[in-house]
Order: sequence, then C-alpha cells, then structure tokens
Amino acid sequence: MKKKVLSVLLCVAMVGTLAVGCGSKDEGSDSKADAKTEDTQKDDAGDSGKKTYAIVTKAAGNPYNEKEAEGFQEVIEAEGGECIVKHPEAATADAQVSVIQSLISQGVDSIAIAANDENALQAALEEAMDAGIKVSCLDSKANADSRQTFVNQAGVTEIGQALMDAVLDITGGEGQWAILSATSQAANQNAWIDSMKEIMKDDKYSKLELVEVAYGDDEPQKSTDQTQALLSKYPDLKVICAPTTVGINAAAKVLQDEKSSVKLTGLGLPSEMAEYIGDDDAHSCPYMYLWNPIDVGRLGAYTSIALVDGTITGAAGDQFTAGDMGDYEVVEADDGGTEVILGAPFKFDPDNIGEWKDVY
Amino acid sequence: MKDNKSIWKKITGSREASLLIVLIILCVVISFRSPSFMTLKSITDMLKNNAVIMIMTLGMLGVLLLGGIDISIASTLAFSGMTVGMLLKYNIVENAFLLFLIAIGLGALCGLVVGLVIAKGKVLPIIATMGFMYIYRGLAYLIGNSQWASAENLGEFKNFALGKVLGINNVVLIMLLCYVIFFIVMKWTKIGRKVYAVGSNREAAAISGINTSNVELMVYTVMGTLAGLCGALAVAVYSSAQPNMLYGKEMDVIAACVIGGVSMTGGRGSVVGAFLGSLILAIIAKALPLVGIDSIAQNTVKGVIILVVVILNVVTQRVMDKNNLKGREM
Repeated sequence: MKKKVLSVLLCVAMVGTLAVGCGSKDEGSDSKADAKTEDTQKDDAGDSGKKTYAIVTKAAGNPYNEKEAEGFQEVIEAEGGECIVKHPEAATADAQVSVIQSLISQGVDSIAIAANDENALQAALEEAMDAGIKVSCLDSKANADSRQTFVNQAGVTEIGQALMDAVLDITGGEGQWAILSATSQAANQNAWIDSMKEIMKDDKYSKLELVEVAYGDDEPQKSTDQTQALLSKYPDLKVICAPTTVGINAAAKVLQDEKSSVKLTGLGLPSEMAEYIGDDDAHSCPYMYLWNPIDVGRLGAYTSIALVDGTITGAAGDQFTAGDMGDYEVVEADDGGTEVILGAPFKFDPDNIGEWKDVY
Repeated sequence: MKDNKSIWKKITGSREASLLIVLIILCVVISFRSPSFMTLKSITDMLKNNAVIMIMTLGMLGVLLLGGIDISIASTLAFSGMTVGMLLKYNIVENAFLLFLIAIGLGALCGLVVGLVIAKGKVLPIIATMGFMYIYRGLAYLIGNSQWASAENLGEFKNFALGKVLGINNVVLIMLLCYVIFFIVMKWTKIGRKVYAVGSNREAAAISGINTSNVELMVYTVMGTLAGLCGALAVAVYSSAQPNMLYGKEMDVIAACVIGGVSMTGGRGSVVGAFLGSLILAIIAKALPLVGIDSIAQNTVKGVIILVVVILNVVTQRVMDKNNLKGREM
C-alpha cells in the first residue's frame, strides 16, 4: 500500500515537473514558434517573409556567451530579421550537434556558431550547408570545410602583439616572465602563445626571458597551484601573462593576496577582474585585454545577414558594411578558410574598468 | 632482533603507517628538488587550496564505509556556492556567518533528499546520486541565471579565506576542526561505531537492533552538509562563484578515500586514513608543477602515483590479513 502511494506521488511529481518545465519555456518560444510557422507560410506565398537567423553559443550559464548572443539578437532584430538564440546545455560538441540538427529541421536561413570543437561539428554543419543554410562561425571556429567564414574576435597576431607589448611595458623592458595558459590543447591559447613567441624574436624584446608556460587547465584550483609554483620557482619573476579568463582570475587572486611584486596581464573578463585592476601596488593587474563580446555578436549578425542576402559568399576579398561598425573585408585565414577580423583587442585599465565591469 | 621484528610488524600491520611512509618519502623527494616546498607558507597554501577536497573526503569516508557512493557532491557544492555568490551579488545577505549557515543548511537539505531516495526509496547509490549530480548542477545554473559572482561582488566575505586565528588560516582551521570532530565521532561514539557495524555486516547490524536505513540517511545528510559548507568555503577561497565550480572533482574526493585505504565495498577505512589520503593527493597536486615535470605530463604522473600508492596499500592489507590469519592458526 505504502509503495503504491509513493509511486503515485512520484508519478505526479514527474508529470508536474514536466508541465512546469514546458510552461516556462513556452512563454519564451511560443511567439518564436508561431512566427516561424507564419514565416514558412509567407515563404510559400511569395518569399517575402522575414528571414530567420540562429546563433549557437558554446554553453549556457556563462555571461560572456550571453553578451555575445545579446549583440547578435540586437542587430538581427533591428534589421528586421527573426532571431533564434540557442545555448547548448554543456560546452561539448555533442550538445551543439543536436542543436544544429534541430535548427536544420526548423529550416532557418543561417547559423552562426561558436564551435566547441574544431572538427567534430563537420558532419552536422555540412548537412546544414547542403540544406541551403548559411553557416558562419564566431568567437571559436570550426575547420575550413565546416563553415563559409569565421568572425574572428581579434586576429592572432593582434592579440600576440598586444600581450607582448604589455609584458614589455610592465616589466620595464627586461626581466623574467611566465605564461599561465588554459589546457595544453586549447587551440586559441596555443595560437596566441606561438604568436607571442614569434614576436619575441624581435630585438626590442631581447631582454625579456620567458621562463615557463604553465597550464592551469582552466580550473581555479590547479591555476592557483601553478601560480604559486611559478612564484616559488622563479624569485626574480616580474610578470605573469595569462591569456585565459579563469587563469588570470586565479592568478590575480594569488598575487593580490600575497601582496607579491609580480604583476599580471593577459585576457580576462572585466567584471571578474575589476577587483584586481589598478595602478598601485595593492592591485595585481595594471591592465589587461579582451575583445568586446557584444561586438563579436553584432559583427556575427551582420556577417550572417550579408551571407543570407548574398552580399558575400564567404570567399576572400568579399566586402560588406556592418551597420555603424563600418566596412569589413573577408580575408584568408591560416587554416585555409576565410575570416572576418573584428579588430585589435580592447584594453581594460583602471580608467575604464569601472564602466565595463557592469557590462560583462 | 625481536624489537626490530615488532616494528616491522607494526608497519606492515597498519595501512595508515604505510601511508605515512609514502607521505614522508614524497615530502623528502620533493623538498630535495624544491627546497621551498617544506616552508610554513607553502604548506598553508597547499592546505588552503585543497581544504574543500579534504573536508568532503570525510563525508565520502562515511558513505564508502556503508558500501555506497555519492557522485553528486561537487554539484551540491556548486549549488550552495552559487547561492552564496548570488546572495552576495544582489546584497541580500552580507553577514559571513549567516551565509555559512545558509550554505550548510542548503547542503544538508540536498544531502537529506539524496539520503531519503537511497535509504528509504532503496535506489542504488550510484544511480540516485548520478541523477542528483545533474539536478543540483542544473540548480546551480538556474540560480546563477547566466551570472557569475566575482571578487568585487563578494565584499567582506572573501576576506574570510585570508583571516587567521592563532596564526592558522581560517579555512585550514575549519578543515582541521572537521577532522578532529570526525576522528572523535567515528572512533568513540555510538553513532560512529554504528556506521562501521552497518558497513561491515548490514544483516548482523539490523539483527542487533540498529536501524540501518536511518544510519544510511544520516551518512548522506552529513555528506551533503559538508558539501554545502565547502560551497561557501570555495567561494571564499577563490573569490569567485561560477556554476561549473569544481566540476568533476567528486573523483578527486573518491580517489583521496581510496588512497587512504577506504574500501569501496564498505566496512573498512579510518579518519586518519582519509586525512593521509587526501593529504597525499594535495601534495601531488602541489608538487608536480614545483619539481619541474612538464605540464602536459602532470596528469599521467598523478595517475601513476595514485595507482602505486593504492597497490602498495592493497599489498599491505594482504600481508596484514595473512598475519592475522597466522595468529589465529597458532
């Protein structure tokens, strides 16, 4: 008897959760779904309907991705398009593949995706392109065969150059410095580090000595261990450069808590780093860089629009106007595909951190 | 000669002693290669950075003693940590003590639910906690609503991890306190002995009048409580609350127990073993970057060391069992 009651209760609870879950989702997607059906009808009638542009971010629950999607949505809606924002539940290629497949069956006009894996999405994205969907990447690219073009948040050399100059400036021109990266396989980080090493060959940087590239695996705990190890291994260390948001945050905390004379720069989120940015000795990071995710999203939106209305095909040399952001050109990328470069990374220093920390 | 033999017997006769020897060898080798390792500051840093894992190892000890397992703990931690972070971010609660109470309460509630499903609902622990692993992690994302709490939002709360009492860092002190309490409870109180009784032979324990499902419920609730506490601690230590915090770290906690000689089938394991096990894991994490092992090889080396320690431990156990058997035969 007891068991029966319990199982009935469990069933009710399960149905309840399902109902609640659907209910809350409906509010958001209902209008979209309706609009979508209308779209198809209009399309059938005379191809005058609104176009549908989708953005797929890396994962849910991350303010950076959120801002990127926000910029994308803003532009699409201002230009009169229909926007679908999809955040996969986990930062994996698997999760993105199922999202892509559902977008294909919805029949969207374009997909802009921040790829979680360079190669694993190829089959799904090729399927999308075969279905006539315009595919572009933003923030993080899929391989050249899986995309028409890639909106690069900042060119690899631009980032390498900005970080190297920051290291040169903060060390005062000479001394030991180290890099604290994410995982040893992280494609972005490795490209930036290689570029920094290349730039370092210039005479200007000859008095700088890169003592170690440490990997904190984007875990606060491991990054803390690695930072402390760098400090005790190299007493003469002057600067740590962390081109990853988790790493720079953990390192900033260690340096500031220990009141270390070692300074920090790299790529970090303003809201996460606000506490640590300052010119005086009490702060561990004089300044750092990052691109503006809202602008990445906006340029991604303009690129999607240009692809859909045929202004560009994604071939090198194509040109288009990205609203008030100005004119952009599609250029050759290192991997054999093409890309659109947003610009140099944005510098966050004590003067502007106050206004940016609330943005993202 | 006889003395020598009895010392040898003592060493091979106790898993803790063999762990201690491993620990000492590790420390000697590391400080030989990196003299800065054995300084007070370095050790405090290490304990502080691993306090969260070390505390949760205690809860896992209780769970494993019953032959269960709990892989939802890192999610419980994230849920309670995100709750603390969001309460601070939106200035709802600012008192550190109150925040700790909330985190602990939330963790206890999470653990209680897990315990009810396992002890009263008779669901296999690995299945039940797998479900809760997703549920609690999902709740952490929901409560965060795509926001993180960063150092700036945390105000005075983050200073807790920097404060000291009697020269010992607050976080380390809490960790040590937990170990002292658990040591006493597990060794000398009725409730602690009940856990061992149920773990070594459930039927016998039930016949002798122990309510086994209540003991099981308690163990998972305690586990959740500790995970909740660790949520608040992790936020203070890293000055940051993100929904993916300590993702996958439940494996480190289980590894610490296994290194410490806690049996996965229940009934065997001690607080001292858990302490030494988690300490060895902490030392490995701290030392690998220090002694100059190539970054990309570190995980492999970590795995090899864990395996070696566990194998050593198993061998000791066999020798121990053999000796005990000999004693009986004579």
